[in-house]
Amino acid sequence: MNVQSEGRREQAGVSMPLLSLFWVFCRIGAFSFGGGLSGWVYREVVLMRPWMTEEEFLSALAVSQILPGANITNLAVCVGLKRGFIGASVAVCGLLMVPFFAVISLFSLYNQVAGLGWLTSALDGVTAAAIGLLLMTVWKGGRSAVRNISSGLALLATFVMIGILHWPLVPVVFGVGILSVAAAWPRKSKDA
Amino acid sequence: MREGILWPLVLTLVGFSLSSFGGGPSIFAPLQHQAVEVQNWVDSREFVEMFAISRAAPGPGSMLVTLIGWRLDGWVGALIATLALFVPSSILCYGVARVWNRYRGHAWHAALENGLAPVGVGLIMAGILAIGQIAGNGVLMWIIAVASAGILLYRPKFSPVLLLCAGAVVFMIAGPGFHA
Repeated sequence: MNVQSEGRREQAGVSMPLLSLFWVFCRIGAFSFGGGLSGWVYREVVLMRPWMTEEEFLSALAVSQILPGANITNLAVCVGLKRGFIGASVAVCGLLMVPFFAVISLFSLYNQVAGLGWLTSALDGVTAAAIGLLLMTVWKGGRSAVRNISSGLALLATFVMIGILHWPLVPVVFGVGILSVAAAWPRKSKDA
Repeated sequence: MREGILWPLVLTLVGFSLSSFGGGPSIFAPLQHQAVEVQNWVDSREFVEMFAISRAAPGPGSMLVTLIGWRLDGWVGALIATLALFVPSSILCYGVARVWNRYRGHAWHAALENGLAPVGVGLIMAGILAIGQIAGNGVLMWIIAVASAGILLYRPKFSPVLLLCAGAVVFMIAGPGFHA
């Protein structure tokens, strides 16, 4: 078991060059307006590259949201981690580099350029397309994540409590997560 | 002088970094209180301006702190503020995720992943509603969102950059008339 998982980890390391890792997160960072770019991360690391499996990505996403910090930087850490501390640092630096300079440039420009109305429209358009990426993630991820009634209920409960009732995130994710994990827990008889 | 200005900023932001459960937006209220009322780093008008600008720029909305650092001490302040906010939470996440990955292959690890995956999907669905409100929640927004999802499902290799730019162009042409 140990040898096998070691081999798998090494393989994942080989197929994840630091430069592509940096480039992937650099592009995502440059376009991450108004949030919602986890759909893009899903596309890059699950669909386009063999960096993560569906379950790995989706559970990393849940963990990224529970932990303190911006969800997208935590997700970058979870992806980059496969190349160790360097990989995680490269992913986060890639993600934040363009925004760092962009936010300062925009702030410096702000007082000189009157009226950024067209910019607001453009940003809303970017956000709309980003929602499309999320819809795609829900469609594909949902079909692999929902295996039975209990996982379907966990999905529905999380969506209703957070999205519609606006209950606080951390207790909801812990509560629903514990029940959902308990339902997925291996039965004693199958353990051996 | 410089240390005198930046140390309180670093200490404040490291604390926020490690307690910002639920992501960046959860720090806005306490940040406003510290920056405007307690430490007087910026006045309330500047804070609102910075909030709008960090929302219009790419990156996590919490990069508002980069601007507060910039305002206090130029490039050095901006860099230090950004690091103070993003490094502590990233290191914590790194530690948790490493422990998580160490147990890959165990039956209970698979149970955790399988149990958390539907929660992750539910969170994305909730996020769609929340983000939709930022983009105005109009008919045009949903048309573009559904069209983008359709394009990606039928042509998985379609460039997301192109898709996001197309969304921006459609919205600029259609103008704000389509909102709400």
